[in-house]
Amino acid sequence: MKRGSVAVVGAAESDLGQVAPGTTPVDLMAQATFRALEDCGLHLSDIDAVFTAASQLRMPTLSLCEYLGIRPRYQDGTGIGGSSFMTHLAHAMAAIEAGLCEVALIAYGSTQRSVSRAAASPREYNPHETPYKPFLPATAYALAASRHMHEFGTTREQLAEVAVAARQWALLNPMAWEKEPLTIAQVLAARMVSYPLTVRDCCLVNDGGGAIILTSAARAKTLRQKPAFVLGVGECLSHMSISSMPDLTTTGAAISGAQAYAMAGLTPKDVQAVQVYDAFSINTILFLEDLGFVKKGEGGAFVANGGIAPGGHLPVNTSGGGLSYCHPGMYGLLVLIEAVRQVRGTCGARQVPGCDVAIAHGNGGVLSSQVTVLLGSAATV
Amino acid sequence: MPDLKTKSPNAVYTDHCKAGELAYQVDLDTGKAVFYPRIIAPGSGSARLEWRVSKGLGTVYATTAIANRNAPSHNVVLVDLDEGFRIMSRVEEIDAMDVRIGMRVQVRMAPGEGDQPPYPVFTVVGAAA
Repeated sequence: MKRGSVAVVGAAESDLGQVAPGTTPVDLMAQATFRALEDCGLHLSDIDAVFTAASQLRMPTLSLCEYLGIRPRYQDGTGIGGSSFMTHLAHAMAAIEAGLCEVALIAYGSTQRSVSRAAASPREYNPHETPYKPFLPATAYALAASRHMHEFGTTREQLAEVAVAARQWALLNPMAWEKEPLTIAQVLAARMVSYPLTVRDCCLVNDGGGAIILTSAARAKTLRQKPAFVLGVGECLSHMSISSMPDLTTTGAAISGAQAYAMAGLTPKDVQAVQVYDAFSINTILFLEDLGFVKKGEGGAFVANGGIAPGGHLPVNTSGGGLSYCHPGMYGLLVLIEAVRQVRGTCGARQVPGCDVAIAHGNGGVLSSQVTVLLGSAATV
Repeated sequence: MPDLKTKSPNAVYTDHCKAGELAYQVDLDTGKAVFYPRIIAPGSGSARLEWRVSKGLGTVYATTAIANRNAPSHNVVLVDLDEGFRIMSRVEEIDAMDVRIGMRVQVRMAPGEGDQPPYPVFTVVGAAA
């Protein structure tokens, strides 16, 4: 695929947090779709490709197309957890380049807060894991954290720094769920979930959704917003169950990131705003390492002393992340939306000055699927 | 390759568990240990999978203690068996927070819940019985 051949032209959240009784995941997708179309000035009838994933829908592209009353010529319902939407973006880029479609909608919605996490995302029975009663997904990430602490001396305080930084960014984001400051001591003293992770090391459980619209670079330049050009993409699937993950301290982001940088012709030093899927505090440390922002094993020290908080040495998860902004089951599409807004320069109080390149990294399952997207402003193409 | 109409890989494994044995497979084309039980080997695609019984000795690779609202926390570990495969399990007869990465552990079978088959758990090697 060719660097910069397509761009994200429309991006919007649905209502976030807690929605009214009876709201469906597809209501949220449709609301976000309406807002994303309004954002870019395109019409529903312009959409000729639909991409979506949702744990509450068995055949999500069918549900969404029926609801919207459209019959797109291309669709893809790939479901690999929270990174599904980064994969959708990569597949949409390929489809647009191949002439299979021209305007692609990627949408997501979840009512997991309203219906309960257990009802929204029922887990498969695994005869080699389920008898031990792991509290998934938290236990899988806790196991990875235990290994990172053992190998590199990472501390619970350093994990807590990730949650505190996310909270500080969230306080700059009017859309964020969390509205109160958070301290390291509060993270450590919070209810333990799966050691070493307390409830404050774990993502929120919210309702919510979003939508983005992609089209060719040529068409993007005729639309309402500054395009966020797709500079690079990379995907890596490494396992389904945590007991089959080859090395708990190195994720597939090392592979997906390298692919994305190679396609973009960029290095980590070129990235001004970093959005990584922080389902748990350990994620941010793992992905900062695997995406090359810091050496393996040094992520704990990197995030310490407000390193990734506002005013730190690298702006990470500027929306407030899954930890403090919104986590509606699969958070990847919201990661992309924040990266698009940073490249547009429309993030208000949390805007990274002069942001021309943003990375949006998606994680799915239990560190299972890793998909990296690099977005750039007009200055980068 | 065994057929899947007579016996599944999981059923062979479960029969070993019922006999008090932790079974695993070896890919005869690569020599690599394989777990969980499969019909062809991961990576090589080989159908030459041979069943073996583990000595049951391993090392804790990762550990967590899961908090429970009205009961003591329970541990979940990943154990690297000496033969070169990894399984999820728990270490018994020890406080969940006292399990450490690097501990040497020995397998035994725990009874399954309800009509579930027995499954492998571990105790610390050298711990008082």
